[in-house]
Amino acid sequence: MRLSKSRIIAAKDFKTFRKKKNIIYSLVVVPILIAVLIPGVIGYVALSAKNTSRMSPAELVVLLPAFLFFYVILGSYLSTPIASYTIAGEKVEKSLEPLLATPTTDSEILLGKGIAAFFPPLAAVLGGSALFMLLMNLATKGKLGYYYFPDWNSAIVILLLLPLALLMSVQMNVIISSRVTDIRSGQQLGGLTILPFAGLYVAGELNLINLGDTSNLLIIAGALVVVDVLLFFVSRATFRREEILTKWK
Amino acid sequence: MIETESLTKRFGGLTAVDNLTLKVNDGEVFGFLGPNGAGKTTTVRMLSCLISKTSGEARIAGYEVGKEADSLSIRKLIGFVPDNVGLYDDLSAYDNLDFYGKLYDCAEAQRKENIQRFLTMLGLWEKRDVMAGTFSKGMKQKLAIARALIHEPKLLFMDEPTANLDPESAKTVRDFILELKKEERTIFLNTHNLDEAQRICDRIGILRTKLIATGTPQELEKALSSGGGTRKTVVLLQEQATDAILAGVRKLPAVGSVTAEGNKLEVALGDPEKQNAAVVEAIVKAGGHIQSMTIVGASLEDVYLKLVKEGGGS
Repeated sequence: MRLSKSRIIAAKDFKTFRKKKNIIYSLVVVPILIAVLIPGVIGYVALSAKNTSRMSPAELVVLLPAFLFFYVILGSYLSTPIASYTIAGEKVEKSLEPLLATPTTDSEILLGKGIAAFFPPLAAVLGGSALFMLLMNLATKGKLGYYYFPDWNSAIVILLLLPLALLMSVQMNVIISSRVTDIRSGQQLGGLTILPFAGLYVAGELNLINLGDTSNLLIIAGALVVVDVLLFFVSRATFRREEILTKWK
Repeated sequence: MIETESLTKRFGGLTAVDNLTLKVNDGEVFGFLGPNGAGKTTTVRMLSCLISKTSGEARIAGYEVGKEADSLSIRKLIGFVPDNVGLYDDLSAYDNLDFYGKLYDCAEAQRKENIQRFLTMLGLWEKRDVMAGTFSKGMKQKLAIARALIHEPKLLFMDEPTANLDPESAKTVRDFILELKKEERTIFLNTHNLDEAQRICDRIGILRTKLIATGTPQELEKALSSGGGTRKTVVLLQEQATDAILAGVRKLPAVGSVTAEGNKLEVALGDPEKQNAAVVEAIVKAGGHIQSMTIVGASLEDVYLKLVKEGGGS
């Protein structure tokens, strides 16, 4: 497999969706909005001296890692429109046939599409989460007496769970894109990939799982690795040129 | 350049291409005619290594179609114009070509030169920075042709390149194909357009799942005529056709039938090019004066319709 070919395909996709304003807005606005909104709510409402139901430091340290998990959901969510666009978009524009006629392999094309759908949301979410941690530290320092972020768990969530969740989302979208006829359907179905992470977040909030526990996070990461490997084989099997040209509708 | 032997493609129980044996020479423009669903696109896709063959053999410039190791080599030396242009609407004409140039490993200088050259030849250079999505159908088709040529392939597959184009755009595309013909590129042209095939192609193959006939347009016309076809010479006389003229012409052994209407004679002949001299002699001998003579052969359309009809029945 030649990475140069995948890079060319990814660069083309970057160039294409740079012109899609809705994708750019969601990549830029949503992570910043969350980064500002949650610390804002925590800092000026929950911890405000005027608020009688203020959080205790013990409650805060349970809540904060769960908030960070929100960025895993976000990463998965943000990759959906791009992944759908890169695969289903080519299908809709009927541009896959000439692309497949070039001297590139299926794997090179798939990797190129994967890179295009993986890195922009990753960069956006990393930036957003860094801002979130910074603002949250400022908002909670007075209450906790120390800066909560970064810690090992936040490193695991952002540097391990987030990329694995993104990878899962991208691969799910490749599979979904092969079964839908338009980009919108792809995006709607692809949006469902956030469900497992949203479920974990809710479970964390309901104290069914402790998302601040390192071993729990590592178990989730391990499960994601297994799912990603399985999905790689499924998406690889789905993305076969003969199938694309004769069966994709 | 292209050789196939008993090439077959089946989709489940449906045979799309059946035992296709064909040879296309270097520098030849080969027209592939056939009705919808005849297997033309499937053939091109198999030869372009886009889909697998079910059985049989095919070679492109010595490389074996269907052999994993040869697939990339084949794709490197072919250009492909699909029936759906499949351009990136959100990229400019220049960027569309640049992207494909990179995928074909064209060096930057060559890429730039070829983009300018082909866009200029197709009248699109001034529009190079315009998004492809805003182009008319004809412009998109031209851009798709430029894309297929960006790496200067030896062999060009074109799948109905003038379908759905207005007459002016279709003419530009046809003229461009004729220009490519001068450069001695091998062109495999799928088309419905018989006139186009006749004007552009050196040889034609008629497909209806099976290859029904191959030959030059003239050979195909002749083949139909010799098989009880309809070639005839239309003679315009300076005077009304007399009984003496009719009798003189009818006496000729090669003549099938003669009909007259005013000063017009229609003489059915097996091989008008060879037999017209005798017709002229007979008319002049009978006192007639010839204004003009025209050979009205079985047109390629006649040949096509006859063969496809027969092929369909087989």
